[in-house]
Amino acid sequence: MSAGRDAMSMPPPLPVPTHLAPTPGRGRLQLKDISIAYGEGAARRTVVERFDLDVEPGEFVCVLGPSGCGKSTVLNAVAGFVPAARGLLEVDGETIQGPGADRGMVFQQATLFPWKSVLENVAFGPLMSTGSTSTAEQRARTFLSLVGLAAFEKHYPSELSGGMQQRVGIARALANYPRVLLMDEPFGALDAQTRAMMQEALLNIWAEFRTTVLFITHDIEEAIFLGDRVVVMSANPGRIVADIRVDIPRPRTPEVQFSETFLAIKRECFAHIRSETLKAFAHQQNATALS
Amino acid sequence: MTAVETASERAQRAARPKLLPARLRAALPRTRLLTTLTAASLFALWWLAAHYAWVNPLFLPSPKAVWDAFVRTATVGYQGSLLHEHLIASLYRVLAGYALACLVGIPLGIVMGLSRDVKAVFDPVIEFYRPLPPLALYTLIVMWLGIGDASKVAILFLAALPPLTISSMHAAASVDPRYVKAAKSLGANSRQLFRHVFLPACMPGICTGMRISLGFTYTVLVAAEIVAATAGLGWMIWDASKFLLGDIVIMGLFVLAFTGMALDFLIRLAERALTPWRFR
Ligand SMILES: Nc1ncnc2c1ncn2[C@@H]1O[C@H](COP(=O)(O)OP(=O)(O)OP(=O)(O)O)[C@@H](O)[C@H]1O
Ligand SMILES: [Mg+2]
Repeated sequence: MSAGRDAMSMPPPLPVPTHLAPTPGRGRLQLKDISIAYGEGAARRTVVERFDLDVEPGEFVCVLGPSGCGKSTVLNAVAGFVPAARGLLEVDGETIQGPGADRGMVFQQATLFPWKSVLENVAFGPLMSTGSTSTAEQRARTFLSLVGLAAFEKHYPSELSGGMQQRVGIARALANYPRVLLMDEPFGALDAQTRAMMQEALLNIWAEFRTTVLFITHDIEEAIFLGDRVVVMSANPGRIVADIRVDIPRPRTPEVQFSETFLAIKRECFAHIRSETLKAFAHQQNATALS
Repeated sequence: MTAVETASERAQRAARPKLLPARLRAALPRTRLLTTLTAASLFALWWLAAHYAWVNPLFLPSPKAVWDAFVRTATVGYQGSLLHEHLIASLYRVLAGYALACLVGIPLGIVMGLSRDVKAVFDPVIEFYRPLPPLALYTLIVMWLGIGDASKVAILFLAALPPLTISSMHAAASVDPRYVKAAKSLGANSRQLFRHVFLPACMPGICTGMRISLGFTYTVLVAAEIVAATAGLGWMIWDASKFLLGDIVIMGLFVLAFTGMALDFLIRLAERALTPWRFR
């Protein structure tokens, strides 16, 4: 039922509401030479090493890479949940020191608060910063209409389909006017049809709310369809091995997947991912053989 | 009676064979009907047993005698107190002890769930006295506080505390870390995190503890009143049994049972009010 309901409540392309547009030039993300390790003492293992990434304000960057290469780790470092052992993490020149409302997060499972209604979930961020329920709910309504779910504001999250929950999750993150939106395989748990709908919905939302996006995925086509750039990571250590510009004009429709440009980029990504995955596999087998 | 019915349960119920005509079925849902039948059969059995004197009426008075005892106690009283005065005496004790235990036990449990140090301090105390039969503990408390209300409120407080504390502790310790992460990345400070995430996330577990605790406290109440009191439902039953007043004893048991059911009903209402999202 999720796909059907989502299709019915897809947000129509709206005129750009100017009050939603973030300050231009805001949201530059810079990661310089960062290394991240987990564990202490003998168990200490460096997961990400000498990682560099520069994201322009308002740019949509997708990160691809074999499982376990450290994609979530990098995202969590930007979110402020994982400290970097070395290197520089900056948003608009300000060093990242911990989690904060200027970086919105959308998780694989929509982690909506089950005890709050849809409206209260989206109002959560504004309520934390302003302390005023009415201001927060007013802002939440704006963002709920942006994701096409204004009619569901009184529902509890458990009453929504997976795709609708994810849209509420996006609205909740955006309601804070974040400089950067961090998305960790947000559509990974959805079925194929809902997933395709959500990709289009996300592009529609992003067309109106042009914030910087760092988007992690396993899905090559998703990465190319959504991103201005696709970066491919290697495993052991996690590092960027390819940085590919996606020169497909916007607005994009699902048909762009059959264009020459798209296929060429797809071929390139595929080759990188395959060789990185093979390397990661060999590494894992060596590790098991040694232990 | 489960408050929430899942779709599969509803489907199962719909698939069951239908034994009654549609109009009767609509008026009396199947389970309700069975419950009513059980109650009616037991009552009929009682009436027959009393009517044909299968049992000495001193031990098993007739329904009519019990009803008369009810009316008499409610209007004239038993041993100087009217029925509602006995009831209020009992309810006062149980609610005072229980409310105090909630005020202390729930915050204590939450803090114990969040801090290993606090847990290390209080856990041994609770785990030591929890397995003691409340009446064994009561003997000591009566020595200290006498047989008045203070000792009863104290023992009821002690009886109510462990289920509340332990369930609050588990609830606080098992809050899903993903909610915490989401709230932090939305800009919640630690005070807001507690109020908007920890507290509601713990609420279902706390409610379960509140219900278990109230039921247990209520049974301890009756036992405590039997040991030492001058009024109260438990005491009334105990006193009447010494004079072989079967009608008063059975009437008292009915009042106790219905009061207990009413308390459980109220706590379910409270649960609905405190965690409305679970009843949608
Ligand atoms: N909290 C942690 N403590 C220790 N090791 C961790 C922790 N989180 C992740 N790791 C390890 O770090 C490596 C990278 O993990 P990460 O979750 O960043 O990978 P990923 O690229 O997101 O993988 P996937 O595509 O499967 O989500 C993995 O080998 C993982 O085992
Ligand atoms: Mg991951």
